[in-house]
Amino acid sequence: METSLAEPMLTVPVRVRKNRRESDDTRTLELVFDNPANMPAWRPGQFTMLYVFGAGEIPVSISGDPARRDTIIHTVRAVGDVSRAICEAKPGSAIGVRGPFGSAWPTDRCEEHDIVLVAGGIGLAPLRPVLYTIMANRSRYRRVSLLVGARVPDILLYRGEMDGWREHGIDVRLTVDAATPGWQGSVGPVTTLIPRIELDASDAVAFIVGPEIMMRFVVQALAQRGVSLDRLFVSLERNMKCAIGFCGHCQLGPAFICKDGPIFAYSQLQPWLSIRNV
Amino acid sequence: MLVFPNMAGVAAKNCVHFLLNALLRRGYTCIGPTVRDAAIVYEEIRAEDDLPIGYTDEQDGGTYRLKKRNDAARFGYTVGPVSWKQYLFPPSTLLMNAHRTADGFLTEAPANRVPIYAFIGVRACDLNAIAVQDRIFFKGPYVDPTYKARREAAFIVVVNCGQAGRTCFCVSMETGPMAKTGYDLALTEILDDDRHEFLVEVGSERGDEVARELPTRPADDKDGNAAQRMVDRAVAQMGRSMNTAGIKELLYRNMDHPRWENVAARCLSCANCTMVCPTCFCSTVEEVTDLTGDHTERWRRWDSCFTAPHSYIHGGSVRPTTLSRYRQWMTHKLATWIDQFETSGCVGCGRCITWCPVGIDITEEVRAIQETDRGKGH
Amino acid sequence: MEKDIEALLTEHPFFKDMTAPYKALIAGCGKNVRFDAGQLLAKTDDPANEFFAIRHGRMSIELHSPERGPLILQTLEAGDIVGWSWLFPPHRWKFDVRAVEQVRAISFDGQCLRGKCERDPAMGYDFMKRFARVFMERLEATRLQLLDLYGNVSR
Repeated sequence: METSLAEPMLTVPVRVRKNRRESDDTRTLELVFDNPANMPAWRPGQFTMLYVFGAGEIPVSISGDPARRDTIIHTVRAVGDVSRAICEAKPGSAIGVRGPFGSAWPTDRCEEHDIVLVAGGIGLAPLRPVLYTIMANRSRYRRVSLLVGARVPDILLYRGEMDGWREHGIDVRLTVDAATPGWQGSVGPVTTLIPRIELDASDAVAFIVGPEIMMRFVVQALAQRGVSLDRLFVSLERNMKCAIGFCGHCQLGPAFICKDGPIFAYSQLQPWLSIRNV
Repeated sequence: MLVFPNMAGVAAKNCVHFLLNALLRRGYTCIGPTVRDAAIVYEEIRAEDDLPIGYTDEQDGGTYRLKKRNDAARFGYTVGPVSWKQYLFPPSTLLMNAHRTADGFLTEAPANRVPIYAFIGVRACDLNAIAVQDRIFFKGPYVDPTYKARREAAFIVVVNCGQAGRTCFCVSMETGPMAKTGYDLALTEILDDDRHEFLVEVGSERGDEVARELPTRPADDKDGNAAQRMVDRAVAQMGRSMNTAGIKELLYRNMDHPRWENVAARCLSCANCTMVCPTCFCSTVEEVTDLTGDHTERWRRWDSCFTAPHSYIHGGSVRPTTLSRYRQWMTHKLATWIDQFETSGCVGCGRCITWCPVGIDITEEVRAIQETDRGKGH
Repeated sequence: MEKDIEALLTEHPFFKDMTAPYKALIAGCGKNVRFDAGQLLAKTDDPANEFFAIRHGRMSIELHSPERGPLILQTLEAGDIVGWSWLFPPHRWKFDVRAVEQVRAISFDGQCLRGKCERDPAMGYDFMKRFARVFMERLEATRLQLLDLYGNVSR
């Protein structure tokens, strides 16, 4: 069962099966339900509310393979008390989950189109499920590019998996703001990768995740290549408490990020994103 | 012409006495108007004497005074600082219990008791506010179980307004002063030189069932007209007005209007308006542990968009200024609410004007923007 | 077989929709060049008399630090322009330029080009407009790099 629609505020305890270090402050956790039948079905782009007993909850995008029924995977960055506690959760310990919540990446709209995935920093985590979906049926999609930007090479996520992605016909390009010794790849903001990829802009679809400033520049660069704002999708964040559209905290203009999003077509929210402090 | 289509009869001035008996006998907890702390609030009442008999309120921007009338009106006031949301959407609600176990923790939903309320004296504006909150808490795919259970059980006795206050503008918002539907019973207090009676209307089967225990005489056109005069007086006394034509687009295109700085200079960000507003629904979710650290409760509590933490994310608040927060409250209430829930969030009750310590008037703010509308593009 | 320089200019975004006469003039200052992976093309303080229009491969702009070795500031690829120190006195490279992988590019003689721009101001203006755009884009990119843009995403 999913977190029942009748009990969406009730956390379900889960066990940490694995806690893999991605970088100094980022971990990927594999969570399992005591009763495997309780594992919810979820779609790429959705998030759950992860809970630390007595401490609180945070919204975290699901970052695993939606086809896997044995575990639900999240990549978490330690920025506050709850996220830090989650990152420190040892295998065998219990944390809590409720969800999944929110809208999904429109991967069904991407079949027969070129796809550009642009990830900034930990933004790759909510996009990885899309990669799994694409790789499971690669022939349904045309050219697929993954552009990843990070501050330094050490915090690039999932580097060990990238060759596998390339083998599935994903054009993976990485860039960092500042190189460290041994880095042979691009140095520069992720926007500089956009003019370089092969793209049929007339019907290409793009999924973008990163801080709002980054998204704005990436959208501009893609729009400059002729990609329509209706086919640019972003994953947004705001303060979340309930995750079900009741508490009012996550509003951006008329949209509740938790239930109308977090995935939006850029054209839908562009007027609101361009107003300061709204 | 039947103005009061649900007329069931006319009751004497003490009809609330019989009404309370009928409801208490059926196990309802009756919530109605009563005087406390120099205001008329909605609390549990048990007898007709609990009503604010012979009291009225004088309200204006930042002003509320309880005053004595020179008659024995049972409902001779408008609205006070309390609204029915306190009972349907309680300020604190327990959502979850959790306790530590040897190797983790367990959670369970609380067995929250559902109070069976009868609301006595629901104004048309407040009835509309309940309908507005219905859309929030019932709208799929998630339903708030606390609200739903209390709402479905609640017996609603409307009392139509025979007067309006200086901060009332239900006529502009098309929410009153008369309730047409959505109640179990509706009373209109007919009080003039000749008489003091209540026109009784029935709006539901269970209302009909209770009405049978009220001593009434049949109602005729004269009664209807007398009740109509009461309502008309309320219409004539409306203290404020708001032109709502195109208001959503107006506010959407004036997000950078200088008026926001003007109001921000006066606003204290005290959140009073959100507390007294009958439609405001923001809440927060808090985990509370006991001293042993072994038991935790998850609580939902009222919250307000006027607080800095409301929009906190990644080390800062998206709305760090009073300007951005006032703008959020007002544009949500009057504009984005329409896109979200297909109604306005404002019912014209005037509470935000009365209870604002500095008397900020939402109708005046709208008017100021209307008069200097930046037009398309800003 | 190598295409002639003018045809190569037509393929390069920097010279896109430049008029044919200007392209011909500028092509006169250009020549084809190749660099091996790892090759240092210019060192800080070397006389700067050329710039490159990259056709294939990646180049890096670097600064050499005694303790830390080469520090990469930015990488540039096919379609990009590398080098502006030739434009203004003292005409010395401010940074190191290295071919990260095998590079094929057009190299332009700085003195030749400066002379042609002086003699034909209209062409000079057209050319400088294009270079100004490169400065702008390079500065925008640098600003984004300085921002620690990705610091904020925690989900």
